[in-house]
Amino acid sequence: MALLELTDAGLYCPAGKFHIDPWRPVERAVVTHAHADHLRRGSKHYLVSKAGETVTRTRLGPGYAIQTAEYGESVPINGVAVSLHPAGHLLGSAQVRVEHRGEVWVVSGDYKTAPDPTCAPFEPVRCHLFVTESTFGLPIYRWQTPDAIFAGVNSWWRANAAAGKCSIVYGYALGKAQRILASVDPSIGPVYTHGATEKLVQAYRDAGVSLPETRRVSEVPGGRKRSAGGGTWAGALVLAPPSAHGSAWSRKFAPASAGIASGWMRIRGTRRRKAVDRGFVISDHADWPSLLSAIRATGAERVWVTHGYTAVLIRYLRERGLNAEVVQTRFEGEAGGEPDEADAMSTEPEAATE
Amino acid sequence: MKAFADLYAALDETNKTSEKVAALVRYFAAADPADAAWAVYFLIGRKPKQVVPSRRMREWAVEAAGVPQWLFEESYHAVGDIAETIALLLPESGRSTDRPLHEWVEQRLLPLRKADEAKQKASLLAAWAELDARQRFVWNKLITGEFRVGVSQLLVTRALAEVTKADQPAVAHRLMGDWQPTPEFYRRLVGQGTADADASRPYPFFLATPIDPGTGPEVLGDVADWFAEWKWDGIRSQLIRRGGQVYLWSRGEELITDRFPEITDAGRGLPDGTVIDGEVLPWGPAGVRPFADLQKRITRKTLTKKILADIPAVLLAYDLLEWEGRDVRTEPMTWRRGKLEEMVGWEGEAPAEPSVAISLPSPARREPRPPGTGIRLSPLVAAPSWEELTATRAEARGRNVEGFMLKRKASPYRVGRVRGDWWKWKVDPYSVDAVLIYAQRGSGKRASLYSDYAFGVWDGGRLVPFAKAYSGLTDAELREVDAFIRRNTTEAFGPVRTVKPELVFEVGFEGIQRSTRHKSGVAVRFPRILRQRKDKAPADADTLEAVRRLLPPGSPAGG
Repeated sequence: MALLELTDAGLYCPAGKFHIDPWRPVERAVVTHAHADHLRRGSKHYLVSKAGETVTRTRLGPGYAIQTAEYGESVPINGVAVSLHPAGHLLGSAQVRVEHRGEVWVVSGDYKTAPDPTCAPFEPVRCHLFVTESTFGLPIYRWQTPDAIFAGVNSWWRANAAAGKCSIVYGYALGKAQRILASVDPSIGPVYTHGATEKLVQAYRDAGVSLPETRRVSEVPGGRKRSAGGGTWAGALVLAPPSAHGSAWSRKFAPASAGIASGWMRIRGTRRRKAVDRGFVISDHADWPSLLSAIRATGAERVWVTHGYTAVLIRYLRERGLNAEVVQTRFEGEAGGEPDEADAMSTEPEAATE
Repeated sequence: MKAFADLYAALDETNKTSEKVAALVRYFAAADPADAAWAVYFLIGRKPKQVVPSRRMREWAVEAAGVPQWLFEESYHAVGDIAETIALLLPESGRSTDRPLHEWVEQRLLPLRKADEAKQKASLLAAWAELDARQRFVWNKLITGEFRVGVSQLLVTRALAEVTKADQPAVAHRLMGDWQPTPEFYRRLVGQGTADADASRPYPFFLATPIDPGTGPEVLGDVADWFAEWKWDGIRSQLIRRGGQVYLWSRGEELITDRFPEITDAGRGLPDGTVIDGEVLPWGPAGVRPFADLQKRITRKTLTKKILADIPAVLLAYDLLEWEGRDVRTEPMTWRRGKLEEMVGWEGEAPAEPSVAISLPSPARREPRPPGTGIRLSPLVAAPSWEELTATRAEARGRNVEGFMLKRKASPYRVGRVRGDWWKWKVDPYSVDAVLIYAQRGSGKRASLYSDYAFGVWDGGRLVPFAKAYSGLTDAELREVDAFIRRNTTEAFGPVRTVKPELVFEVGFEGIQRSTRHKSGVAVRFPRILRQRKDKAPADADTLEAVRRLLPPGSPAGG
């Protein structure tokens, strides 16, 4: 019996009788992180990291049975030792380590190895089989250091402020927005948020993450109107989910410069198709070099590759002597380029309309 | 090179015309004329002949990037642009160059043409090592000759006129035709005055705007203010007769004098100091022939007697830009048309009634030229009312034309695409309901999206591909179809995916020809997606037989 197998509901551990990030309601779900394609409503029992509890509760809503575990703490489930380890993807994101009869498998969910002030850094876990994502599984995807990336964002924001313009950054309401907020220079100007974003900014604060001050756009006098009158938003930074891009809501900030924060912005064609002024290459997924180094660091001989450029990564790993196979999950990687985007915001009813 | 790469990035980073012009103005205000000349050259889309084949660039990039060949190809499919793929794959150089653009072009790029393969390789590898990521991208673009950055020639001329206070139309004029990007040229380009046109130079073409099919031509007001002409499906060209010479220019600013000896010969019969605007068309005993016939001729390297006899060409003249050595573009259309008719004579179909009062036409001038002469007059179509003109428009297809051109009688000949005086009123395209069967990733803006499709129609129980199209969907629709393709691929062959035949689209096209080169036996012109037919199941799509019925009667088999 394999330690994990793929079922209609997702990855399943027959020995422990639990699922990892199931896409259908199940009895017991171990969840890597709170993005919509990994955390779905309807299961009876959830296990998440302690750090991710607040965010998970915010996403699931009331009335769910949620058990938490500290990173590294071993939780026995039907004789299988389960532990959660930081994945560096967003607050509370975890790799799930499963150990049974000396066999160790790790499901990494989504991960990045670059530092992020809002969450614990990725921690390599030795294992026999490693389940990796491959969202950015092509060597064209290489990220700059966070310092260099956010220096770019800051200088853009500063230039817009000097020109009397508002700066709007579109990015995931969960994870990306808080990382941006924690990384930009708040002395440049005030930061406003879309309602969907603010809800999760608040969840981060409740979980003890310190973030610069923000204010909901709708709380600003006139902020609910189509146009709040000249100068209201000049110099400000507005953080909004991707679904707000191109909406009537976004037009009130004019004159404004807009940017999208996504790993897909690495490619000029994608950047141009999005019709924004700037594409900031900011991703919470591993780039090509970090995928390779993370896989290597696990020491795993077998690698299951899911969502993304699976075929490419598998071929590359096989050519380097690893036993790599595809696992057809329904996880969706990063929205915004590959348009199989079930936008993480689609579960947020107020996202585009506020 | 640094300033130029920064300009490229600045142009790329904004969608706003005013900001693009501002970036161009900043660049040209600071640029050395030697650099500015090359910048103009590349920005308006000129390119030196490709100095290094893309195939070799790929090979060397694979080596320099240390990735397997197949991984390079996968990357290329995601990016859709060879220059960019290379720039993204090469390891960081940690360096950047301050050497000016003209040095990079003249001392590094152009000498590559005469260099042997080993030298080319050494030179490219050295360049990649000296340039930062942004500069490498631009450099690769210069080499591959695919330098497009979303600025039109109009924006460049606007910026140049703003920086130098030169006359904008004069700048546009000087950019036409043959020139070398030297500092002398740049100084001339932005020089004051307007009377310096080289004898060979055409005028900038006046381009028509499409009539909104929703409103129709009625919005143009009184029909009596307008000339109606057929909209010819050929090569828009200017025939120039100056200084004892004849020049024929295509709208793509290509000198095509030698390609059409029959038109050039006819041009020698024109008085010196004449410029005619018109359309080069394939011609037969029954008049104008389908554009596909002309394509057969223009793709030949050498013009044999047989080709000249099989596919004779004419210039259908419709405007006069220079008369007796004088630029007459500011004269009203009525005046210009009158002079043109005097010069070219009545030919083919005369208008139902003389549309233009010609002052004392001399009988000699009015005498028709013998058929086969390379220049003919594009006739005016009687337009007593918009209703009647609309009725006449139905004849367009049978006449191998695309619809009507409507030109304001009082209008001057303007520069570029200026709304208001010239309208094109095309006939509705053919349309066929077809099933999406193959898909491929797009390039440029559509890289990484499955945006290039092949459509099939039913032939017995089989779907036969009959058209490829890659435009017509909105971004949102495109994303939806792309998602469908990813979930419903039955087979992948190289970059091409075979898709479960489930989605039906209405595919439009402008023309249809028999073809022995296509499986379906037909070739369509300008195919595009009109809309998705979510109301239709694949079984409801059209049959090949129905498509074949659209073929013009007795049309010859294409090559």
